[in-house]
Amino acid sequence: MANLKVPVAPADHVLGDENAPVTLVEYGDYECPHCGHAHPIVKALKKHFGKQLRFVYRHFPLTQIHPHAETAAEAAEFAGVNGRFWDMHDGIFENQDRLSVALLAELAEELELSAEDLAAAVESGEFAPVVKAQFLGGVRSGVNGTPTFFINGYRYEGMHEFEDLVEAIDAVLAESQSGRRRAG
Amino acid sequence: MTRILSPGTTAPDFTLPVTPDQRLSLRDLRGQPVVLAFYPADWSPVCGDQMALYNEILPEFQKYKAEVLGVSVDGPWCHAAFARDRHLHFPLLSDFEPKGAVAKAYGAYRDKEGVCERALFVIDEEGLIFWSYLSPVAVNPGAEGILEALENLQKKGHSDGQLESSRRAS
Repeated sequence: MANLKVPVAPADHVLGDENAPVTLVEYGDYECPHCGHAHPIVKALKKHFGKQLRFVYRHFPLTQIHPHAETAAEAAEFAGVNGRFWDMHDGIFENQDRLSVALLAELAEELELSAEDLAAAVESGEFAPVVKAQFLGGVRSGVNGTPTFFINGYRYEGMHEFEDLVEAIDAVLAESQSGRRRAG
Repeated sequence: MTRILSPGTTAPDFTLPVTPDQRLSLRDLRGQPVVLAFYPADWSPVCGDQMALYNEILPEFQKYKAEVLGVSVDGPWCHAAFARDRHLHFPLLSDFEPKGAVAKAYGAYRDKEGVCERALFVIDEEGLIFWSYLSPVAVNPGAEGILEALENLQKKGHSDGQLESSRRAS
């Protein structure tokens, strides 16, 4: 199966330490129920692994089946240029069951961002190219649906439950530690 | 174990219903690349759905002037409902009667279950199979293989073209 073709770069939305031994990349869709399910699991993983885990989120909206996915992704990017990407990201997933344009405006205002500016950005498609580029990068890396996870660049094929992901990350951690011992 | 047709083979021609009252023939698409995606059934789970993904990537396929065709043994009315529900913007062909005949010609039929394999073919402008891939039936093969094949096909076209023009020049 394909591995991650687009390395983690400064333009990415990154949570956690740059030097963390494990990087988890998720390609997600804000309207996908499976991604909604994975959201608190990813948060729990961050807590569980602390400084050992870095998390990267990239957009993969399936717009023909999820009418709000693209707008939500653009709203997160809009919040991102204002330094509030993760707040918007959390807000969207936590309110996924009522995802709408009105909700995105409400979330923007809660973050003290202008709902009017958000509407204008969506209207002009200001962030559409950013979202598209992430989507196409995902396609090139073999993303075939959401969520798709990569652990240190390798596609994760297991279940999207906490225990399964912990096990997979533990295995990569053990490998990187033994590698370091060998090197040292 | 199914053996799908391999690159270099002439793609077997077919004429299949594309809607309840229209039919489409492979030979009508000569002169452009064709992506033939056999899949087991309409109505598989939403988010990991192969056809939904191709639908989303359609503009990328169109950059290579490629025509994408989905093929399953579902009937044309089933396809019509599925395409409407998922807003699919490319044709779904019904390999319905005789059941699976086209899939069998491509080596992409599962006798036991009576459905198509998840098999992908990229057919070149002259109707030759340029690339083929058989995916485990439970795994959505994604699109990167198809895009890579279309890219290679285009490169090959360019180098052939250059060869032609250098021949003409000499």
